[in-house]
Amino acid sequence: MTRTTAPDTPTPVGPEPPAQPRLPAELTRVRRGLRRRAVRARRRARTLTRRVVGKALRTWRSSLQVRIGAITMVVAGTVVVIVSLVLFSQIRDQLLRVKRDAAIDQAQQGVLYAQTQVAGIATGDAASVRSALDRTVRGLVNRGGAAGDFEVVMVYRTGEVERTADSQEYVFDALPGDLRGEVDSGGQASKYALVPDENRQPQPTLLIGAPVPSDAAGSEEIELYYAFPLDQEEESLSLIRSTVIISGVALTLFVVGIGVLVTRLVVDPVRRAAGTAQRLAEGQLEQRMTVRGEDDLARLATSFNAMADSLQRQITQLEGLSQLQQRFTSDVSHELRTPLTTVQMAADVLHEARGDFPPQVARSAELLRAELDRFENLLTDLLEISRYDAGAAMLDSEAVDLGALVARVAAGMWALAERHQSEIVVIRPDEDVIAEVDARRVERILRNLVGNAIEHGAGKPIEITLAANRTAAAVTVRDFGVGLTSVDAQHVFDRFWRADPSRVRTVGGSGLGLSISLEDARLHGGWLQVWGHPGAGAQFRLTVPLTAGGELTSSPLPLRPATVRRPERPGAQP
Amino acid sequence: MVVVPPTAPQNGPSRGRVLVVDDDAALAEMLGIVLRREGYEPAFVSDGNRAVGVFQQTRPDLVLLDLMLPGRNGLQICQDIRTQSTVPIVMLTAKGDTIDVVQGLEAGADDYVTKPFKPVELVARVRAQLRRGETGQAENLSIGDVQIDVPAHQVTRDGVPIALTPLEFDLLVALARKPRQVFTRELLLEQVWGYRHAADTRLVNVHVQRLRAKIEQDPEKPEVVLTVRGVGYKAGPP
Repeated sequence: MTRTTAPDTPTPVGPEPPAQPRLPAELTRVRRGLRRRAVRARRRARTLTRRVVGKALRTWRSSLQVRIGAITMVVAGTVVVIVSLVLFSQIRDQLLRVKRDAAIDQAQQGVLYAQTQVAGIATGDAASVRSALDRTVRGLVNRGGAAGDFEVVMVYRTGEVERTADSQEYVFDALPGDLRGEVDSGGQASKYALVPDENRQPQPTLLIGAPVPSDAAGSEEIELYYAFPLDQEEESLSLIRSTVIISGVALTLFVVGIGVLVTRLVVDPVRRAAGTAQRLAEGQLEQRMTVRGEDDLARLATSFNAMADSLQRQITQLEGLSQLQQRFTSDVSHELRTPLTTVQMAADVLHEARGDFPPQVARSAELLRAELDRFENLLTDLLEISRYDAGAAMLDSEAVDLGALVARVAAGMWALAERHQSEIVVIRPDEDVIAEVDARRVERILRNLVGNAIEHGAGKPIEITLAANRTAAAVTVRDFGVGLTSVDAQHVFDRFWRADPSRVRTVGGSGLGLSISLEDARLHGGWLQVWGHPGAGAQFRLTVPLTAGGELTSSPLPLRPATVRRPERPGAQP
Repeated sequence: MVVVPPTAPQNGPSRGRVLVVDDDAALAEMLGIVLRREGYEPAFVSDGNRAVGVFQQTRPDLVLLDLMLPGRNGLQICQDIRTQSTVPIVMLTAKGDTIDVVQGLEAGADDYVTKPFKPVELVARVRAQLRRGETGQAENLSIGDVQIDVPAHQVTRDGVPIALTPLEFDLLVALARKPRQVFTRELLLEQVWGYRHAADTRLVNVHVQRLRAKIEQDPEKPEVVLTVRGVGYKAGPP
C-alpha cells in the first residue's frame, strides 16, 4: 500500500480571479484543511481496519477452537451447498419431466379429438368455421386431462386469413414466434415461456403446439396449442428450495457445533495442561493434572504428571546439592582458614625475626609471607565466589555517602598508584550522593576497578567519576592504558581470565576480582559494564539504584567516555 | 593503627591475662606464642563445656573465643560469660558472613577477627580492648536524661544505674564528649575500636543497637544516640 502525503499539484477550484490575491489564499487554506482532514480520516480508517484485522488474526492464531470452527464451517458449508444444488436440480428436472410427459400425452390426444371435430371444416363459411373452432376448444377444455389446468388455443389459417379460438384470449398473444414457426413447419413442439395469467401476471408456463392434420387438400392449416401453467410446480419447487436451504444451514451449524464440541473436549484438557505447566514453571512444583478415564487425554495427563514428578525430584535434588554446596563452602571456610591462620602467624613470627637468620633463610621467610598473602587473597576470593554460586550471598544495605566512599577508596589505593607512577583523579558532584547499598561490597567493587585500572593504566592518570540522577548513582573508573579489544571486553568478567597470559602480573590479583565485582553489582540490582578501545584505555562503569531494590532504567554517566584521548593535565586531586 | 613495639618484653610484668578458647591445638599454641611475645599471659581451654569453668578460675582480662567449638557453641559461651562479666570478648571467626558476625556481636562479643588474620591485627584488637578504662579524669557528661560519670565508669538515668560493657561505655562517651559532632561509622571504629583502615561498619551498627536497647526509653525512637541518615550517628541534645 503506497501512501502519498505530499500535496497534489494545486488545481484551481471554481473561478479563481487573478485580480484578487486574498481569495485564492483563503481557498488554498480551506483546501489544505480539507485535504488534511481527509488524510486523517483515511489514516483513522486504515488504523481501525488494521486493528480489526489484527485482532481477528490474533484470535485465529491463538485459538485452536476458532480455527477448527471456521475450517469446519467452510468445508461443511461447501459440501452442503453442492449437495443442495444437485438435489434441487434433480428434483426440478424430475418434476418438469413428469409434467411435460403428461402434457405431451394430453396434447396428442387433443390433436386426435380436434381432428374429428374439424373434419370438413373447410367447406363451411366463416361463421361455421368459427363455431366449429369454438366448439372444439370447449370440447378440449371440458375433456380435461391428467396434466392439470390448461388453456387451449386453436388457429385456423387459409392463405392470408387466420382465425383463432381460445379458452383465454391473451394466451394466443403470448405464443412465442419460434414455437409457432416450428408448428407451422409441421412438427410438434414444446417450450417454456412466461405467459400472463388472468391477472396479467407473467407465469412460467409449458407451451405445447401441434398441427392438426386435415383431410381437405387445400391451403388450410389448423394448429392446436396447449398452455400448462406451472404455478403448482413453482410452488412445490419454492417449498423444496426453502426446505433445502434451511436444512443445509441447520446441517452446517450442526457440523460446526460438533467440530467445536469435539475440539473443546480435546482443547480443554490441553488448556488445563498448559495452565498446570505454567504453574509448575512458576515454582509450584506440587501441581498435577487430574487423570480421568483411560483415553488419550488421560494418557496425556499421566505422562504430564510423570514429567512433573521427575522435574520435582530433580529440582529437589538440585536444591539439596545447592545446600550441600553451601555447607561445603562453610566447612571449607573453617577447615582451611584455621590452619592458614596458624601458618600465617608462624610465617609472621619468622618474618619479624628474619634479621637473626642467614640471608637465604631470611629471604625464604620473606617469600613465605608474601606468598601466604596471595594464597589468602585467592582463598578469600574463591570462597566469596562459591558463596555467590551457592546463592548464599546476602546484601547488607544501608544509606551510604558514595562521595565519601569513593574518596576512601581513592585514598586507600594511593600507595599502589604511586608505585605505578599513576595519579588518581576524583570527579564528584558538589552535593552528597546518598545511596542504599552494601558499603562493603561497593567498596570492594571500586577497589577492584581502581586496582585493575592502575595495573593496566601504563602510569597514566586514573579518573574516578561519581554522578547521580533521581533513581541511580554511577561511578566510572577510566584509565588511559593499553585498552581493551571488543573480544577482551566480552571476557573481562570471566573467572581467571587474563587479557594477555604472557604479561607479567604486578598487582597479583586472584583472577576472580572482576567476576566477584560483577556478582556484587548484580546483587544490588546494578550494572557493571566495560568500554574499551585498544590504545585508548578502558572505562568501567558501576551503576546502582539509589534505593535498595530499586530498578535501573538508565545510568547517570555514559559508558563510552566523551573524550577518548588522554586529558592534558588533570585538575583536581583527591 | 596501634604500633606494635618490635621488641616486646618476654619476661617482664604481665600486661594482662588472656583466655584463649579454641579447639585447634596448633592455632592455640601459635596464639600463645604471639601473645607471650607481646607480654600477655595466656591461658587455654579447648573444650567448650569447660570454657565457663576455666573462665571463672582464671579471671582473665580478655577472652579470645573461637566461634566454632566442639561441645558448646561459641555463641552460647559468649552469652554465658556476658551474664557474669563485662570482660572484653574478641571472637575468632572463620566466617566473614554478615549473619555469623552479627550473631556473635549480638551474643555479647565486643570485637571480632576473621581468620586468617595477622598477629599484628590480633594484637591491635586485644590492645584496644584492654586499654579501655585506663583514661579518666573527673568528667561528667550527659545526653538527654542519661548521666555519665566517666572515671567511675557509671551511667545512670534518674539515679538508676545502667549496666554497660566497657565498649558500650566508650561508645557512649565518645558520642557524648562532642555533642554537636556527627560521627561517621569509620570515625567511631577508629576512636572506639582502634581501627584505622579495616572498615567493618557492622561492628558499629550492632553495638549502637545494643547500646540503644540499654539506654533508650524506646529503642525504636532513639533520643540518646541519633542516626544521621547517610552519615552516621550523633548524641542527642543534652
